[in-house]
Amino acid sequence: MSVLRRLLSSPTGAVGVALLAVIAVAALSAPWIAPGDPLRIAGPALLPPFTDPALPLGTDRLGRDVLAGLLHGARTSLIVGIAAAAAAIIVGSLVGTIAGFAGRLVDEALMRVVDAFQIVPGFLLALAFVSVAGGSLSTVILAIALSAWAQPARLVRAEVLSIRERDYVAAARVLGMHPVEIALKEILPNALPPVLALAAVIVAAAILTEAALSFLGLGDPNVVTWGSMISEGRNVLRAAPFLSVIPGIGLVATVLGVYLVSEAASEALGRGGRP
Amino acid sequence: MHRALSLIRRRAVSAVPVLLIVVIATFLMLEAAPGDAVDAYLLSAGGGDAALAATLRAQYGLDQSLLSRLFLYVAALGRLDLGWSVAFERPVLDLVRERLPATLLLMGSATALSFGLGSLLGVVAGSRPGSLRDRALSVGALTLYAVPGFWLGLVLVLVFAVALRWLPIAGLETIASGKHGLGRALDIARHLVLPVAALGFIYLALFLRVMRASMAEVWRQDFVLAARAKGLGRRRIVWRHVVRAALLPLVTVLGLQSAGMLGGSVVIESVFAIPGFGRLAQEAVAGRDAPLLIGIILTSAVLVILVNLLVDILYAFLDPRIGASEASA
Repeated sequence: MSVLRRLLSSPTGAVGVALLAVIAVAALSAPWIAPGDPLRIAGPALLPPFTDPALPLGTDRLGRDVLAGLLHGARTSLIVGIAAAAAAIIVGSLVGTIAGFAGRLVDEALMRVVDAFQIVPGFLLALAFVSVAGGSLSTVILAIALSAWAQPARLVRAEVLSIRERDYVAAARVLGMHPVEIALKEILPNALPPVLALAAVIVAAAILTEAALSFLGLGDPNVVTWGSMISEGRNVLRAAPFLSVIPGIGLVATVLGVYLVSEAASEALGRGGRP
Repeated sequence: MHRALSLIRRRAVSAVPVLLIVVIATFLMLEAAPGDAVDAYLLSAGGGDAALAATLRAQYGLDQSLLSRLFLYVAALGRLDLGWSVAFERPVLDLVRERLPATLLLMGSATALSFGLGSLLGVVAGSRPGSLRDRALSVGALTLYAVPGFWLGLVLVLVFAVALRWLPIAGLETIASGKHGLGRALDIARHLVLPVAALGFIYLALFLRVMRASMAEVWRQDFVLAARAKGLGRRRIVWRHVVRAALLPLVTVLGLQSAGMLGGSVVIESVFAIPGFGRLAQEAVAGRDAPLLIGIILTSAVLVILVNLLVDILYAFLDPRIGASEASA
């Protein structure tokens, strides 16, 4: 728990935790503060913010409640960001462990696949995948994971390569442990910490990718996202700029919170200034 | 020069299997899509009977088996034939060649902006690590890095094009302006200010942070201590010794961020209605144009490989300690 205290004692960490706490509370309380479907018509169209106490942030072109969209959008952003990052890290760790632990040929083949995924711009890949698989929340999560797993795979492989030569791995081998057991029980847990340090960056990137995809109209049409709200507001950018600006602030606050916490955490863990 | 040539040769050889994986993976992914280009075409044309669909499929070779189509596609690639775009009714290669310059201009300008300004601000922050100036710049950079590019673009449009009316809202140049030469170049430059800023400012933060971290690293090294012991002024130590050594990691980032920037330009081009490569990708998605989409993904992969090759050559020349053999590792 001392890590958490150190996290909160640095100004960056405290601000980051506060930002994420606000976003998380917004996401969790969305069904109570703004019950019902956030995509339903709640009032007159293009109501400016701070004019009607029942619709504090106003309404969009179709009369939908902006506050409800903002709260439910926080849910979508966090769900997609965390789920996609988790999937990317799990797949990446497995591939990295196999590549680092199996023989030269498997390693070579897997790393060429990793290369292929790293030279194709991740966003283009996600774009193509969503266009093929259709825009639902789960395909968006898969698409983002697909564009993000290569980096953790490479990192885990490098870790595994250095760990597999350690004495305790040799000891496990002498004890007669099965190679798969060695890989999963002895090597993978020790290769994970640097990947978890990368996790925050992957979550942040996933949130930004999701926003960009739904901004281009490729997200799930039945789910409110901040990206789709910005895209919707863009149609009335001159008349009602708040419609595009408000959800963007939500995005910046979330991603900044993730970055600040990650930076403070790596300082607290004594990793020094990682760029 | 010999070093660079051998580097190029080795890179070209190792790029072939990777590009082949890209082709096969993209091909299989698009194959899994329900409906093909003929379905999309018939939909947009307002329908047609089964005979027409069959004729069209035969015409585009869509009636053959997956393996034979993949084989035909790879064989055509060997002749630099990227296939036929169904949505545009034109060769994919022509479309790519037509759209690429705008995107390269956008990316090049954005890279120059982010690298130049970012490393400069990184020097300002890193010349006195831990100072108030350093902390303010670092937090500012982190905030900027958290901003989605497309949203920054919209905010810039709101301020500079809608409210202040200083710059055009969208497009690459004024349509039918009749301008030539310098006048046209200035017109394009005016149109590019906002998109370049939207794309470049995000990466500016990245370069700032890498430069700062790299300088913090260099400050601790012995040769800086030696320079101090010699009694050199702080300014001279910063510029002549620390910055020079700290620039190298930035060159690596230059290569690493090229794929990200290419992806980012898809959205930026959509915000600013720039008829570039990224817009083409979006149009390919909208038109279910599989050959075009594969062509785009493949071209972007080649582009990223080329940028990284350039960066490695640059690196090998910048850092005399590294031979080309290690630079390619």
